[in-house]
Amino acid sequence: MPDAAHDPASQEQQARMQRLAAVRPRLVSFARLQLRDNALAEDAVQEALAAAIEKDASFSGRSGYETWVFGILKYKILDTLREQKRRGHWQPWEDELDEDAIDRQFQQNGRWQPSARPSDWGDPEATLHNDHFWRVFDSCMIALPEAIARVFTLRELMGLSTDEICQIAEIKENNCWVILHRARLRLRECVEKGWLAEDKS
Amino acid sequence: MMMCKRATELMSQRLDRPLRWQERLSLRFHLTLCSACQQCDRQFQLLHRIHERFDAPHDSTREGDRRD
Repeated sequence: MPDAAHDPASQEQQARMQRLAAVRPRLVSFARLQLRDNALAEDAVQEALAAAIEKDASFSGRSGYETWVFGILKYKILDTLREQKRRGHWQPWEDELDEDAIDRQFQQNGRWQPSARPSDWGDPEATLHNDHFWRVFDSCMIALPEAIARVFTLRELMGLSTDEICQIAEIKENNCWVILHRARLRLRECVEKGWLAEDKS
Repeated sequence: MMMCKRATELMSQRLDRPLRWQERLSLRFHLTLCSACQQCDRQFQLLHRIHERFDAPHDSTREGDRRD
C-alpha cells in the first residue's frame, strides 16, 4: 500500500485543499455582492467548500479548479435565493420611486440633464484593475435598492440570461429589461460621482 | 430622431438580447451623433464586465463562452 504522503493522487488533492483556502476570500466577497447579507454569504461559502471537498474526486480537471469551485458556489447561492423567495423574504420592486431616480438624469425632452452627462471613465482595462473603482462600485451596489440589485447581480455577476432570471424572480422578461436598464443607469451615475470626484481630489 | 433616454434603453437591452434590425440602426445612428451617449455605452459595457473581478488568475479556462 503506498504511503499517503508520497501518493501523487493524494498530493494533488492536498494542493487543491490549499487552493481552496486561498480562494475563500474571493468566494465570500462574490457571495456578499449577490446575497447582500454577511451571514447568508458565509453560509453559502461554507456549504460550497464542504461540497468541493466532498466531491473532490468528481473534479475532472477539464475546467480550472477555481472555476469549478465558483460553479458550486453559484449553485448554492441560487438555492439560497430560491429559499428566500419561497419564504416571501424578497422585497417588492418599488417601481414609482425608482422612476424618479432615473428621470433626474434626463430632461423632459429625453436629452441628458447637463449635470448628469456621462463622462469618460478612461481605459476599461485600467479601470477594472483600479482598487478605487471597486471601492466606489461596492458602495454604489449597497445604495442600490435590493430588488434591483438582485436582478443586476444575477445577470452581471452570476451570468444568468434574462430568461433564467425571469423564472427565478417570477417576473416578465420585459420587466427584467426595464429593471436592468434602471440598475445600469443608477450605477453609472453613482460610480461616476464617487469615482471621478475621488480621482480628482 | 431618437432621444438619449430611449438610446440608453437600447444600449442596455443590447447586453441582454439581440436587438432588432431597426433598433440597431437607430441606435447606431444616435451614437454617431451623441458623445454623451457614446460614453454611457462604454460605461454600460464596463459594468457588463464586473464578473471579471472574480475570474481565477490561475485557471487557464475562462467562463466567457457561457455568457450570451
